[in-house]
Amino acid sequence: MANLAAVVGIGQTRYTTKRQDVSIAGLVREAAVNALQDADLGWDDIDAVILGKAPDMFEGVIMPEVYLTDALGCNGKPMIRVHTAGSVGGSTAIVAASHVQSGTFKRVLTVSFEKQSESNAMWALSNPQPFSTHLNAGAGGYFAPIIREYMRRSNAPKDVGIKVAVKDRLHGARNPLAHLQKPDITMQEVEESFMLWDPIRFLEACPSSDGACAMVIANEELADQAVKQPAWIRGVAMRSEPTTFAGRDEVNPQAGRDCAADVYKQAGITNPRKDLDCAEVYVPFSWYEPMWLENLGFAPVGEGWKLTMEGATSLDEGGDIPWNCSGGVLSSNAIGASGMIRFAEAARQVRGDAGDHQVEGAKLALGHAYGGGAQFFAMWVVGSEKP
Amino acid sequence: MSEEQEVVTVVNAPVYLQYNFTAGAAPARFLAQLKKGKLTGQRRAEPEAPVYSPPRGSCPASGRPTEQEVELSDKATVQSFTIVYIPIPGNVIEPPFVVANLVADGANISFIHLMSDCDNSEVHIGQRVQAVWKPEEEWDYSMDNIKYFKPIDEPDVPVEKIGKLSVTGQEG
Repeated sequence: MANLAAVVGIGQTRYTTKRQDVSIAGLVREAAVNALQDADLGWDDIDAVILGKAPDMFEGVIMPEVYLTDALGCNGKPMIRVHTAGSVGGSTAIVAASHVQSGTFKRVLTVSFEKQSESNAMWALSNPQPFSTHLNAGAGGYFAPIIREYMRRSNAPKDVGIKVAVKDRLHGARNPLAHLQKPDITMQEVEESFMLWDPIRFLEACPSSDGACAMVIANEELADQAVKQPAWIRGVAMRSEPTTFAGRDEVNPQAGRDCAADVYKQAGITNPRKDLDCAEVYVPFSWYEPMWLENLGFAPVGEGWKLTMEGATSLDEGGDIPWNCSGGVLSSNAIGASGMIRFAEAARQVRGDAGDHQVEGAKLALGHAYGGGAQFFAMWVVGSEKP
Repeated sequence: MSEEQEVVTVVNAPVYLQYNFTAGAAPARFLAQLKKGKLTGQRRAEPEAPVYSPPRGSCPASGRPTEQEVELSDKATVQSFTIVYIPIPGNVIEPPFVVANLVADGANISFIHLMSDCDNSEVHIGQRVQAVWKPEEEWDYSMDNIKYFKPIDEPDVPVEKIGKLSVTGQEG
């Protein structure tokens, strides 16, 4: 049986196209300092640092964790790097949590980041492979055919993706840290935005952001002494599957279903829509909301889009299971940090510390991240009450 | 310096790295056949085992070796697709263009390739297509031997049969 662990400090930068005023080191330090301040702790209170980011090829800095030790107050302490493509922010939080749950460390700092203004993700994800036809058109080019297959299978109305794009931006307008601030966005504006990778329109895709996210995770004894309400970690799970194998269900991946079943079992969840108060789920392209509603068991297969269209996932429409109240990946996408932002925002909700995007009385929340070819999954459930 | 001039904050400094790529045994056999204008795949040496193309030498689901070589047709079915409206970095192709996930007859896994010589608005899941090859003298160890796939006059494949056709296609 694992020891208890809880989030006792959360720090983020604001998310924006270009943070010209800071280097990568300055960016991660800003998030880390914010997390330490939130926990009322100093550098000496941290036993180890767990750092995550997306592929090194993005910024062209190889093994950035080595040079970031100084900025993160980690000289002479253990530094661990995590790397699971787009899901990395989530996996990093889980690796950090497990080092506390196992008793290895009492209190750790975990940080993830991306500085897209100093990188070229589209280029890094479109590199030619030897002897292959060079047609890799970034992440959108990869996911568009999978979305098209979901649309065919579910026979969902054409405007489901448009509705998600509007809903998450309205959520983002409540969050001062969110990159896109579009309080007046309309369905028509999204529909008229230009097509990137049919069926994905410009406003149905995430932005490119600079930013970092950090958390302090502590064991039970230290969390009991925390200055603010801790977010108790009630379950953690990771699963992965190969990018391709015959008969793979790319729309509703087995690894995602297994990961959700595992984390729900640990947290005692039998009906995620009823038992959870809200969720922060990795939705970089709008149609992934209905797809993950089904994959994560919030709706039967083929009916995820109905929750979206009924407003069940919308804070503004008073939905019973708001998704991505922070604005989600569709409002801010500092790639390596995006998964951790989901985990941290779930924790903010159960700490009652989510500002204008707070779900009233939230006690139990899901944080979710996915990456690669929708093949790496990381999830946690956090609660306001000690299990 | 004029006041309207924008401050330079980013300078692109490309770095080039030349390397030799060793394909490995299974892809090397695949590429050798491709140079002769043939598409091939591999499967585990047991009945009903899925056919992978291009082969990597092992089955990604079981990890076991794919020892049997299988010849595929250059006819294929559209499993899904996207129409790309933005340029691919380092590729001269002009948008919009159709990138399709295709399953060759006789294979059980899709690969991506270009669809052309078609009306983009009429491309659909289950559509039948065939390879348009470059002239034989230009053939190399590359999937680029196939310029693109174009629609052919055959009935659509029902969705439940996509990825399950034999090398003889819809004739079974």
